Amino acid sequence: MTALLEVKDLQVRVDDREILHGLTMTVNGGEVHAIMGPNGSGKSTLSHVIAGKPGYEVTGGEILFKGEDLLEMEPDERAAKGVFLAFQYPVEIPGVTTMNFLRTAVNAQRKARGEDEYLVPDFLRKVREVAASLNIPMDMLKRGVNVGFSGGEKKRNEVLQMALFQPSLCILDEMDSGLDIDALRVAADGVNALRSPDRAMVVITHYQRLLNYIVPDVVHVMSQGRVVKSGGKELALELEATGYAQYEEVAA
Amino acid sequence: MNVALAKTTTGAVLDGTFAAARGRLPGVGTVAETRQQAFDDFARTGLPTRRIEEWKYTDLRNLLRDVAPLAPTPDQAALAQAAKLVEGLGTGDTQKLVIVDGVFAAGLSDLTSGGGVTVHALSAMLDDATSATRADLLRSRVADPMIALNAAFATDGMLIDIADDAAPSRPLHIVHVATRPSVAAFTRSLVRIGNRARVTLVESFVAAEAAKAYQAHDVAVIWIGDDSDLQHVRVMEDAGDAANIATAIVTVGARTKFNTFSLTTGGGVSRYQSFITLAGEDSELLTNSVHLLRDKQHGDCTFVIDHAAPNCLSREVFRSVLDDRAHSVFQGRINVHQVAQKTDGKMMSRSLLLSDEAEIDNKPELEIFADDVQCGHGATIGALDDSLLFYLRARGLPEKAAQALLIQAFVGEALESIASDDLRDVAISAAERWLESRA
Repeated sequence: MTALLEVKDLQVRVDDREILHGLTMTVNGGEVHAIMGPNGSGKSTLSHVIAGKPGYEVTGGEILFKGEDLLEMEPDERAAKGVFLAFQYPVEIPGVTTMNFLRTAVNAQRKARGEDEYLVPDFLRKVREVAASLNIPMDMLKRGVNVGFSGGEKKRNEVLQMALFQPSLCILDEMDSGLDIDALRVAADGVNALRSPDRAMVVITHYQRLLNYIVPDVVHVMSQGRVVKSGGKELALELEATGYAQYEEVAA
Repeated sequence: MNVALAKTTTGAVLDGTFAAARGRLPGVGTVAETRQQAFDDFARTGLPTRRIEEWKYTDLRNLLRDVAPLAPTPDQAALAQAAKLVEGLGTGDTQKLVIVDGVFAAGLSDLTSGGGVTVHALSAMLDDATSATRADLLRSRVADPMIALNAAFATDGMLIDIADDAAPSRPLHIVHVATRPSVAAFTRSLVRIGNRARVTLVESFVAAEAAKAYQAHDVAVIWIGDDSDLQHVRVMEDAGDAANIATAIVTVGARTKFNTFSLTTGGGVSRYQSFITLAGEDSELLTNSVHLLRDKQHGDCTFVIDHAAPNCLSREVFRSVLDDRAHSVFQGRINVHQVAQKTDGKMMSRSLLLSDEAEIDNKPELEIFADDVQCGHGATIGALDDSLLFYLRARGLPEKAAQALLIQAFVGEALESIASDDLRDVAISAAERWLESRA
């Protein structure tokens, strides 16, 4: 069976600095992988390169998504094929209502896949249902995208999109940053509801805390642009106790 | 020096154009004299150059070279094309007054008078020998070479009178249609609105397929009485290689609201200059102007606002979205007269540059003779935000669609200022047509 995501010996530069020095990992459908590591280890770079953010130069290696070369695709093609990046800092877009944004995005993805666009009543029913499960009031969806949203609301809005788009790969980039415990629990419940045998998740975080709510199958430790250790969920607990210092030495 | 240059380049040629056109221009006696005077006024400078401060960024002698010959009177084919275009405007139920190639088209227009609204064609009024004041129709309080040129050549336009307390149920809608290439149309309309009246006035500029490289020269003179409300929407979609040089001269009475919106997507060279005088106390002026330009289009939005009475408020917002090598000009001048205490006047220019070669020139001017006023101006210039674009693309929007959504958001606030749903939809469709033609 083809893996959902295969990252092979990935080397990435930003400006003239190499950030990833040959990163390899494989994610299968149904799995939840956590990537942990100190600041500057390249976690966010990996998520950006998978999503297709401009400004990164891939100098070696490859990324296959369902066997296809992801690096050859535009960011919007990746989204239509089922790659979803939940942003660490979701942007504010004044003047574009959340509802309009959601409908435009869903229909753009459906169109790219050759599917019919959602009819407005069907779409509204779907949004209402998902929003209710995430405690997102409908009047929030009438405001500009993320404009005036609290940190928790922004993250719930990311989860809302995930639930609407039904991607097969979700990358959660430091979803816990800026969230209090209650907000974290609501967002994590939303994510857990989306776990399924044909969907994989890659959870990027500094802290073990998030992994109490979203329990991973595999934990990778990143340091200085490489995966230096992989293991089960107990690895996260171990890290919490010992810190990252030992791995920085390994990588060096 | 300017004078000599004008005479040797465009002036001499124009003398011939004026002589040739004169026989066709409506109005005899005093009207003809007024035209000659206006032409002489224009000929002193010729087409304005960058050496005239008010035209510094829109050098018409360079951009237009000369004034095109007067458009011929529209024939049946031209009228048929115009009818089709008018049908496709989608402005809902408006009272349409159609001008084709500078000539009022009675057959395409709705001249219904009643409910306090009286409508006439300008040509008929200029030809009315019983009127002692008919030559006044060509005069204006603003001295400007292009207004003078318009007075010399104006072939037609509308004369609209709205009585005191009138509130026409349908917007009045002047539609300018161009059907022919390489000719000039000169139109002039006068709108007089009484006291306690509520009116919506729409102006559309559209072109038939065959109309290329033509010139539309238009002047609108508007008087609004006291305690009235005028909602004005102007959508200019002339051909991309045409010229549209237009002026609005507006006098606003006391306790009156004047809300004007203009959208420019057409015209290779365009200028819309508004001279607005707040002549009565406690009035409110809101202007929202939008330029959506590309290729080598040059668009100029100029406002001269006179606060000539106390306690009035004015807000000018100009937004431009410029692609390719497009060039936009915003000149905003606020004159606060000595009597105009408690004036609150502000202007703002916001530009979105989609290409490295696009250009915006902002020239705000404040001249204040009263001591208890609040006046301000500001400008922002930026590109589309890369982080917003990436967010949208990561959600599945192709590049052009992501840009389009952000551009819509940028101009959206201006479109919101249009009170009527139908008219807002018309402006939105015009903006969408522009966005779609980018894709």
